[in-house]
Amino acid sequence: MMAALLVALGAAVGAPLRYLTDQAIRARHDSVFPWGTVTVNVTGSLLLGFLVGLPANDAFLLLAGTGFCGALTTYSTFSYETLRLVQTRAWPVAVASVLANLGAGIGAAFAGVALAQAIVG
Amino acid sequence: MTSVSSVVRRPDQATAARRAGRWPELGAVAAGGVVGSLARFGLHEAVPSVAGQFPWATFAVNVTGCLLIGVLMVLLTEVWAGRRLLRPFLGVGVLGGFTTFSAYAVEIEQAVSVGAARTALLYLGGTLVAAMLAVGAGAGLTGAAVRTVRRRTAARRTAAPKQIAHRPDRHRRGPR
Repeated sequence: MMAALLVALGAAVGAPLRYLTDQAIRARHDSVFPWGTVTVNVTGSLLLGFLVGLPANDAFLLLAGTGFCGALTTYSTFSYETLRLVQTRAWPVAVASVLANLGAGIGAAFAGVALAQAIVG
Repeated sequence: MTSVSSVVRRPDQATAARRAGRWPELGAVAAGGVVGSLARFGLHEAVPSVAGQFPWATFAVNVTGCLLIGVLMVLLTEVWAGRRLLRPFLGVGVLGGFTTFSAYAVEIEQAVSVGAARTALLYLGGTLVAAMLAVGAGAGLTGAAVRTVRRRTAARRTAAPKQIAHRPDRHRRGPR
């Protein structure tokens, strides 16, 4: 019960933050490339990597990891945006979207873990 | 303070509506995000991931979420157009909170770090391919279903125009 509450609290912050990030980036960049999704996915992966690398205690992992990072990042928006790019024949942007999310997102997870381990020693 | 600034500056109505309009949407995203994240958490509790083994829980969550976003986006644009809070709640909130990229990325790192590079690569590529097929199938099948229903409805209308002439438009509902 306590665990679910921590996840819910983290998610209640993470999901709106993803929404606001996307809106703020859309307002500034008039681009078909999904910068908003790449930004939240890279940031969330870096942070979760860091938390797992420490490793943070269980309660904090539920709140900030499963709840916040889980809700901040998204696979559904990533896949849907990529589908839309494919449907509109924007192939180079679709490929760039996949490479950016996977490359930078997974790279960020590795970097987060390494950073935490460098700090903890 | 609010009353003073509204008296002194009187922001135009569009700006006021936009400011007021953001809170219901943020609330819908937050509520949906909680629902989606708790569902994801529940599945992870039922099928815990073990470093080095294929992370089935996250895989299932992400592929299912991608299938559903494909279905939802077609319904939102073709059938439920004009319902302002539905996309923030179901799309951005529930499905955005249900699916996750951070767990996917970190599970790949964890698999590599315990020496299961093959599992990591299989999981990386497998999720991407399955997610793209799922979102495409969800959108494609829903689009086809919507078009079929519309065609049949149109055919019925031309066949019996008098019968439906005075029927109110059942697809449209007033603002909530």
